Amino acid sequence: MKPFGEKAAPVAGRSLGADAWRRLRANRMAMGGLVFTVLVTLACVVGPWLLPHAPEAQNLDLGASGPSAAHWLGTDVLGRDLLARILSGGRISLLVGVLATTVALVIGVSYGLVSGYAGGRTDRLMMRFVEIIYSMPFTVFVIILMVYFGRNLGLIFVAIGAVEWLTMARIVRGQVLGLKEMAFIQASRSLGQHPLNIMTRHLLPNLMGVIIVYATLTVPGVMLLEAFISFLGLGVQPPQTSWGDLIRAGAESMEEYPWLLIFPSLFFSATLFSLNFLGDGLRDALDPKNG
Amino acid sequence: MLTFVLRRFLEALLVLFLIVTATFFMVRLVPGGPFDREKDIPEVTRQQLEAYYGLDKPLPVQYLNYLGRLVQGDLGTTFKYPGWTVNEIIARKLPVSVELGALAMGIALVLGIGAGVLAAWRPGSATDTVPMSLAMLGICLPTFVLGPLLILVFGLKLNLVNVMGWNLPQDRILPALTLGLFYAAYIARLTRSSMLEIRGEDYMRTARAKGLPEARVYLLHGLRNGLSPVVSYLGPALAGLITGSFVVETIFNIPGLGRFFVQAALDNDYTMVLGCVLFYAALIIVFNLISDILLVWLNPRRKLA
Amino acid sequence: MRFLLAIHVLALLSGCGPRRTRVEMADVVGIIIIGNGSDPADLDPQITVGLVEFDILTALFEGLTATDPVTCAPTPGVAESWTHNADHTAYTFTLRPDARWSNGDPVTAQDFVFSYERILSPAFAAEYASLLFPIKNARAFNAGEITDFSQVGVKALDAHTLQLEMEGPTPQLPTLLSHNATFPVHPATILKYGKMTDRNTRWTKPGNMVSNGPFVLADWNINERVFVKKNPQYWDADTVRLNGISFLPITNQNTEERAFRSGQLHITDSVPLSKRDGYRDADSPDLHIDPWLATYFYLLNARKPPFDDVRVRHAFNAAIDRQALVDTVTRGGEPVADTIVPPYTTGYQTPPSPIREDVALARRLLAEAGYPGGEGFPKVELLYNTSETHRPIAEALQKMWHDNLGVDIELVNQSWPVYLNRRKNGEFDIARAGWIADYNDAGTFLTMWTSDSGLNHTGWANATFDQLIKDAEQAGDPQQRLDILHRAEAVFLDELPIVPLYYYTRIYLKRPEVKGWTPNILDLHPYKYVYLKTDTDDEGHVDGLLPPAPTQSPNPANQEPSTKN
Repeated sequence: MKPFGEKAAPVAGRSLGADAWRRLRANRMAMGGLVFTVLVTLACVVGPWLLPHAPEAQNLDLGASGPSAAHWLGTDVLGRDLLARILSGGRISLLVGVLATTVALVIGVSYGLVSGYAGGRTDRLMMRFVEIIYSMPFTVFVIILMVYFGRNLGLIFVAIGAVEWLTMARIVRGQVLGLKEMAFIQASRSLGQHPLNIMTRHLLPNLMGVIIVYATLTVPGVMLLEAFISFLGLGVQPPQTSWGDLIRAGAESMEEYPWLLIFPSLFFSATLFSLNFLGDGLRDALDPKNG
Repeated sequence: MLTFVLRRFLEALLVLFLIVTATFFMVRLVPGGPFDREKDIPEVTRQQLEAYYGLDKPLPVQYLNYLGRLVQGDLGTTFKYPGWTVNEIIARKLPVSVELGALAMGIALVLGIGAGVLAAWRPGSATDTVPMSLAMLGICLPTFVLGPLLILVFGLKLNLVNVMGWNLPQDRILPALTLGLFYAAYIARLTRSSMLEIRGEDYMRTARAKGLPEARVYLLHGLRNGLSPVVSYLGPALAGLITGSFVVETIFNIPGLGRFFVQAALDNDYTMVLGCVLFYAALIIVFNLISDILLVWLNPRRKLA
Repeated sequence: MRFLLAIHVLALLSGCGPRRTRVEMADVVGIIIIGNGSDPADLDPQITVGLVEFDILTALFEGLTATDPVTCAPTPGVAESWTHNADHTAYTFTLRPDARWSNGDPVTAQDFVFSYERILSPAFAAEYASLLFPIKNARAFNAGEITDFSQVGVKALDAHTLQLEMEGPTPQLPTLLSHNATFPVHPATILKYGKMTDRNTRWTKPGNMVSNGPFVLADWNINERVFVKKNPQYWDADTVRLNGISFLPITNQNTEERAFRSGQLHITDSVPLSKRDGYRDADSPDLHIDPWLATYFYLLNARKPPFDDVRVRHAFNAAIDRQALVDTVTRGGEPVADTIVPPYTTGYQTPPSPIREDVALARRLLAEAGYPGGEGFPKVELLYNTSETHRPIAEALQKMWHDNLGVDIELVNQSWPVYLNRRKNGEFDIARAGWIADYNDAGTFLTMWTSDSGLNHTGWANATFDQLIKDAEQAGDPQQRLDILHRAEAVFLDELPIVPLYYYTRIYLKRPEVKGWTPNILDLHPYKYVYLKTDTDDEGHVDGLLPPAPTQSPNPANQEPSTKN
C-alpha cells in the first residue's frame, strides 16, 4: 500500500523546493492540473456571489430546462440554476475534500511519526492496530456514525478523515524508519534533543514531499467517497448541495435531463483529473531520481 | 511459514472479536429499534417481541448471549426478515457477491496490469498517454454514473444485454465492468509507476548486460518485482469492491449480499449488520494474508512478519 | 479469468439478433412478472404487517372472506356464507365443504381455531394480534390474563361451522377477516416444523409450505424473487387463469423502469419522478394513474412553540402552493389535499376546508402570532425519511415558506427507524407523514388523532374531538357514525395540527396484455381474476369474469390501516 514516495531519498538541502518547482513547471499536464484546480476553486469560492441566480432560488413554473441565455447550464426540476448549484456544490465538495484530507493528514502523520520514531515493540503494536482497523468494513461505520450523529457537515469530514488516515500513517512510518538512521537525526539524538523536537524540526520537513503528494491524491478519493454517501441519500442536507449529490440526482434523470448529469460530472471529473495529474507531477518532481 | 500462518490466524480471531464487540455496541447507539413501524404496535406486543428475541435483557447479557451463539456458528435471525436467518441469507447471497467481486477483480487485474505494463514500456509515447488518460477517466467516474450509462448504451440502445438481473452469463458483463473499471484504472497507475521505478534497478541492468532481450527482461524480471504494490493493494481493493458492490447490486438489481450490508445498517437490523461486518472483515483479513504471502513469493528478500 | 471473460463475450455475441423478451416468453406460459418494490419480510401470514407481504399472501392464502376487486367489499372466501345476530356480537360462518389445503386436506373450522390461538398467543408475539381484539376475551388472552383459549370467543361447532363471539357490536368483522393476520394456517405443517408459537421455523420455505389460496409457493429466494404457481387443489381453481406469478423485489425505481421498458416486467411498483412526464406526454397506454385512498401530509408539533399556536399552523397551511407542488415535483396526477380524509371515501361527506392558499392571509396570521415578517421565528426542523420523493417535496416547501413567510426551515433527513423514533418521541417541529387506508372508511383517517392515540405524533389534543370519535365508535347506525366523523373532521381542520398536501395516486406501468386487473381505491388486485391475453382484438369487457355481486353489503368500519413509507 505504498504506491509512491516510499523510496524517495531524504534531501536535506535547500534546493529541494526550487528543484521540484522547476521540474513541476516542465510537466505540462501537472501545470494544467494546477491551473485548473486553482481556477475551479476560485470559481466556487467567488462565483456564487457574482452569478445572477442564487443556488437555492426556485422557479417551479420553469422546472427543468436545458441550457439557455438566462441559465447557461440549464435548471433542475425545481427550476434552480444549475451553474449556481454546481459552484456552490463545489464549495462543499472541495471543502469536504480539503478538510477530510487535513484530518487524515494530522492523524496519519503524527501516528506514523510516533510509531516509526519509537520503533520496536511500540511500533509493532501501533502498526498492528492500524491493520485491525484496516480490516473493518468502514462504510458501515461511516453509515452508523451518520445515522447516529445526524447529518452534519463537520461530522462528514471527521468520519471520512478517520477512514483515510491509515494509509498516511503507514507511509509516514515507513519513511521515518529510514530517516531516523540518517546521520543528521542520529546527531540530534546524541546531542540529547527532545524527541518531539526532532520529530517536528528534523523529520517533518523531510516528509513534506510525501505528505503533499499524498494529500493531492487523497482529495479526489475523499470526494468520491462523499459522492457514494450522497448516493445513499446520507449526504449534505438540502438546500445545500455537493457535486456528488448533484451527480446522483442527475444520474436518476439522465435520459430526460442529460444536462443535469453532464455538467456536474464534467466539473467533478475535470477537478479529479487535475488533482490526480497534479499529484502525479508532484510525485515525479519531488523524486530526486527524476532530476 | 506454518507458524506465520498460525500466528496470523490467532491474530485474526482477536481482530474479529474486537470488530464484533465494537459493532455490537455501535449499532445499539443508533436511536430506534428494529420493530419500529409507522403504525404503533401495542406496548404488550412490543414486550412480547423483545422477550422473544432476548432484547429485553441488559445489553451486556445480550452481548454474551450473542457471543455464545456466535461460537456455535449461529448468527441469529434478522429482524427485518423474520422468515430468514442471517446464516441462510449469507449462504445464499455471498456466492453472488463473490462471483461479482471475482469477475470485477479479474477485469481490474487483467486490464490494469496490462495497461500499466504497456504504459511503462515507452513512457511519454502514445502507448503511455492513451491508456493512462483512460485510466484517469476510470478513476474519476463514480460507479452510479458509469453503471446507468453502460446500461443505457448496451442494454437499452443496442439491446445486447439485459438491463438488470443475474440469470444469464451475459448478465455478468456490465456489472463486473462497472465495478472493475475503477480498480483497473488504479492498478494501471500503480503498475506503471512501479515498473518505471524498477527499470532503473541494478538487477535489471545486470539482466540487460547479460544480453537478454529487452522485452524479456522487462516482462520477466520487471513484472515479478513491479507487481508488489499491486499485490499489497489487493486487500484495500477488496474492501473497496465490497462498498462498490452495494451500488452496482442496486443499479443492476443483483441478488447479492452488498445490498443487505448497507440496508441493514440503515434499518437497525442488528444481527444482519453484525453478520455482514463479521463476514466481510474475515474476507479482508484472508485477502491481506494472501497478499502478504504473495509478496514474499514475488520478492524473497522480504520477510514474513 | 481471461478465459471466463472470453466465455461471456461469446455468450454475448450469440445473444445478438432478435431476442424474445422475458415477458413475451412468460405470456406464452401464462406467468405474470411483477415488480413489487421490496422483499417480503416473511411469508407467515400471522407475522407480517406490510403491504408488500399482504399482496403476496392473498395469492397464497384465503381467509373466511375475500375482497371484491371492484367494490372492495367482503365476498365469500373459505366461508361460503355467514349469519350474525341483531347487534353484530355473534357470527356463525359456514365453511365450504370443498375448501382444501394444497396437500389435499380439507380446510376445517378447527384449523381456524388453531390459527387464531396461534396469533393471539403471547409467546408468539404477533404484531397484528390486535386485529383480533374485537373477539371476546382475545385481548385478555393475548395479554396473558387468561391462559385457557377455550374462554376466547372462537368455537368450532363442527368441521365446517365456526362461531365467533365478539366483545361488542362489530359490524365490520367480515371486512376484517380478509386481512392476512386472520388467514388460516395448516396446523399439521406448523407443528411439523416447530411448536405452535415458534416464529422462525422452516414451514414458510418452498416445498414445506401448505396453503389454501389460489396459488402455492414454488420458490422464494430473498432479494431475488418469490414465485408462486397455480394451486390445483384450490376450490375455485377454474377461475384462476394464471399459471404462476413471479414477484421481483426491485428496490431502485429507475432500475425497475428500465426493466419494464426492455420487456422484463409486466407491472411495476411505481414510476420514477423523472420518467412520469415522458410516459404521459407520449400518451403511453402502459402508464396507469389510479386514485388511491391515501393522504400525504406534514405533521406540526403542537406541543411546543411555534406550532402550539393555531394561527401559526394556519399560516403555514396558507403560505404554500400545493398545485405547483404536484404539477412540478410529484407529477403523478395527485389531487391537492385540503382535508385529511380523501373526499372520494365511500359514503362520507367531507366538511368544507378552512384552508385558503393566500400569502397575505398567511403573513397576517403569522404577524398576529407575534412573528411579523418571520421576525423572531425560531429555527424549525423539517424531519423526513430518506427517499427520492420526499426530498424534493421538502425542498420546494422549505423554499415556499422561506419566501412567503420569511421563516427558516432546516431539513433533517433520517433513515427509516431513526425518523420514526424521532416522530414518536415528538423530536421534530414539522415531520413528513402519509396514511394509506386498508379499508374504505373515513374512520381510518380520523381515529388516530385522539389525544390517547399512539399514532397521534403531533401532541395535539382536543376534548371535543375525542368525544366525537368516542360517539362515532358507539353509534349503531353506519350513516349516523359517518355524520359524527364528519363533525370530528371539521373540528380537526379548524385546529389543523397538520399540513395536508395531496392525496396519493397509485402510479405504475402495466403492459396491455395484463387483463382482469381492476383499479380500485384500495389498490387491491386479487390475482385469481388476473390473466394475460396478448392478441389485440378486444373481447369487449375484460371484467366479465368477475364473480357475482357480493352476498353481503359492505360494512366498512374503522380498522387498523396500514401505511407506506
